[in-house]
Amino acid sequence: MPVKVGVRAGRISLFTCSILACTAAGSPTRPERLVKGALHPFDGDAFVDASIGDASMLNPVLSNDSASGDINGMVYDGLLKYGPNLDIQGVLAEKWEVAEGGRTITFHLRQGVKWHDGAPFTADDVLYTYERLVDPKVRTPYSSDYELVKSVTAPAPHTVVVRYKEVFAPALESWMISIIPKHVYEAKTFACPPTRCRPKTDPPKTVENFNSHPANRCPIGTGAYTFCEWRTDEKIVLEANPNYFEGRPHVQRFIYRIIPDQAVQFLELRRQSIDTMVLRPDQYKAYDVFFENHQKFRFPSFSYSYMGFNLKNPLFQDRRVRLALAMALNKKEIIDGVLLGLGSPATGPFPPLSWAFDPGVEDIAFNPAEARRLLQEAGWSDSDGDGFLDRGGKPFRFTLMTNQGNKVRELTSEVLQLQLKKIGVDVTIRIVEWSSFIQKFVEPRAFDVVILGWSLGRDPDQYLIWHSSQTGPGKYNFVDYNNPEVDHLLERGRVTFEQAERQKIYRRIHRLIHDDLVYIFLYYPEATPVVHRRFEGPSVSALGLFWNFNQWHVPPEKRKYPVPVFEQ
Amino acid sequence: MARYLGRRLASMLFLLWGITVMTFGVMQLAPGGPIDLATEMSARTSPEIKDKLKVLYGLDQPWYIQYGRWMKRIARLDFGTSFKDERPVIDKIVERVPNTLLLNLCTMILIFLLAIPIGAVSAIKQNSLVDRGLAVLVFIGFSMPTFWFGLLMMMFFGILLGWLPVSGLHSLNYTDLGFGGRIWDTAQHLILPSLTAAFTGLAFLSRYTRVMLLEVIRQDYVRSARAKGLSSQRVFWRHAFRNTLIPMVTLMGLMLPDLIGGAFIFETIFAYPGLGRLGMDAMMARDYPVVMGLGTIVAFLTLLGNFLADVGVAVVDPRVRLAK
Repeated sequence: MPVKVGVRAGRISLFTCSILACTAAGSPTRPERLVKGALHPFDGDAFVDASIGDASMLNPVLSNDSASGDINGMVYDGLLKYGPNLDIQGVLAEKWEVAEGGRTITFHLRQGVKWHDGAPFTADDVLYTYERLVDPKVRTPYSSDYELVKSVTAPAPHTVVVRYKEVFAPALESWMISIIPKHVYEAKTFACPPTRCRPKTDPPKTVENFNSHPANRCPIGTGAYTFCEWRTDEKIVLEANPNYFEGRPHVQRFIYRIIPDQAVQFLELRRQSIDTMVLRPDQYKAYDVFFENHQKFRFPSFSYSYMGFNLKNPLFQDRRVRLALAMALNKKEIIDGVLLGLGSPATGPFPPLSWAFDPGVEDIAFNPAEARRLLQEAGWSDSDGDGFLDRGGKPFRFTLMTNQGNKVRELTSEVLQLQLKKIGVDVTIRIVEWSSFIQKFVEPRAFDVVILGWSLGRDPDQYLIWHSSQTGPGKYNFVDYNNPEVDHLLERGRVTFEQAERQKIYRRIHRLIHDDLVYIFLYYPEATPVVHRRFEGPSVSALGLFWNFNQWHVPPEKRKYPVPVFEQ
Repeated sequence: MARYLGRRLASMLFLLWGITVMTFGVMQLAPGGPIDLATEMSARTSPEIKDKLKVLYGLDQPWYIQYGRWMKRIARLDFGTSFKDERPVIDKIVERVPNTLLLNLCTMILIFLLAIPIGAVSAIKQNSLVDRGLAVLVFIGFSMPTFWFGLLMMMFFGILLGWLPVSGLHSLNYTDLGFGGRIWDTAQHLILPSLTAAFTGLAFLSRYTRVMLLEVIRQDYVRSARAKGLSSQRVFWRHAFRNTLIPMVTLMGLMLPDLIGGAFIFETIFAYPGLGRLGMDAMMARDYPVVMGLGTIVAFLTLLGNFLADVGVAVVDPRVRLAK
């Protein structure tokens, strides 16, 4: 399922997904644990992360920003998560059964799990979370995922049965949402319990409503890390949960610093006062001396950038024209020049790491001569000899728009302008502030061509982007794509549970969208994070780098922060 | 006097109301609202959910209804709650005030400590190489973008020399430090932002000092002092310079609103948790209650400062209140 474009989008799921992954995968980096919950020689030290913005609310039902998602993913658990190979694994659900072709899902919850305040986790908490997600008074942005749910019941303390009105294949992904504690949110008053970072007890506060609940700033979850301290716009501190049902994480403290400027973050990285950062291509390719204390990683991200046509514009209704423009683009030049080689040419709406990606779809070859021929065939020629194509006295001219603040997109548009000029197409670039761009141009379809990108979830359902029913105001098929076969496949993809069957459906969608040239898919960028060398354990999977964070550790001789380690 | 004060108070309140209308209007005119910015291009949030959220936040109502609701609340001194985190706006502002005051006080002290001697030396050495050199220096500071100069300072003192922390207000181990350690830690974090702000703000006060001093030096009483045979050093420091300080105090009063205003870009660059950054984040997120609350409080304090200054002048100079 596609999600909002953003540098750190995806970290939410990475942390959510990280907790059990290694046990299942048998990570070689994990030292043997002698006694569950006991101290291990490698327990200790702190990991310092940085974020552009502060968290809004540490309540996974309400918050929508990546900073809150990063923290919530460590403090809370969902019923399920993605494993390193994008297989679905249980977290709070030990096992689950799908019946009636997907209309009923029964979750058998893990027994003995405790909330951070010691209360037991039960099916009531799952029910409560669901009720809040569909409560009309709750300001949650996630309720669309639960519109098809007919009922959620708890026939036993550790069993939850979800019934759907109709089959919904992304249903399992939707139960990866973090579960919140009923006993905390239903109480009339709330006092943030004392923590090791903040030993004094806060006075109890009266609970007014769910949206402004005091626990939204003092989360109590079941996750691998417990909440410690939140200094607004400065830092959020978490501590390893010694009672975590999968064993305590080795890194004792997680510190999330708020540094709003990326250039300053880079300076802090060089000063070793933060331990990780996702770099821009130019930073990644900077002098090696900058990174002598850091390990560099590069791997394909779950996103792509594209040049999208307004198909209502008569200029782009002829497929030959769109094909000619695609042939005129030298993607290698863009990837080498703009991404400094840190990406690969895109062929469709699924990235190579996704099981929906069709490796058989061949990219459109760079062929400016053929592009000129196709345009001539479509009636475009340089009749007045000014170097630009025209037809019926009108020049082949359009405006290429993108949002301000994304240097890679701005540079891409400049390269595209030059490349298209070579075949006689006159392109004007317009860079507009993000919200103006979306509100004034994309939503009212007041654009010719846009350069944008999609960051994607792990489920390949892209109904909201490509289905012809999603072309209205505020919807995401803003290019006005309409292909009945794609519509049918998208509908089938949503109601098919069998992955092999779904793979066939989405691979066909990949090919059709590629052939229809709705977008010119430009590139799949690579994610380029760095991590301080003292951490042992980072490894890349389809979930990215942080999927096994709980297994990371710092050998005693390399420890940087003298953090006290507590037993359960 | 009472009538004069009444008139001034009424005009102040009218002005304050006008400022709130303008702030509200500008926020409404800016493209995108709090819901759009948080959810747009996020395909997990359907247009129906966005509509539901707009209703829950009261953003589905016309602007004048929204403004009327805000006015009703503000009449009870209730600044509302932030759209971002549902916290009371006043709490968010109050927790930032000490940080902003601290930084701006340090900056102002630095500016006064540096600008007055620079102005004095420039006046003494009028039109010399030193005067011109200092003029060039302060104008470099004036014309240099703060964020760029800030980054240069971070590079030099934070990375190359490794002497000072690059950003933030406290170190990670701040809570583990003793009282003295905490003060030293905070002081270290304040050096770079204060120096940066002071250097880029030196020009006005130093040039003002220079001009004032040159003006005073030409006064009759200075000439008389010289004629009495006093040394030029004594004439300058005892007679001319002391009289220059009087308008400086007025100038200091005018700079007071800056103390609580906060610097939007500047605090963002230094990751400094002050009012400027709060305002910047709120504007970017279209967090109307925070923007309105912050705008109203800063405008109120500025107008109050002006009002008190006017009252002071009226008290000491009856011609003012009679003329009005």
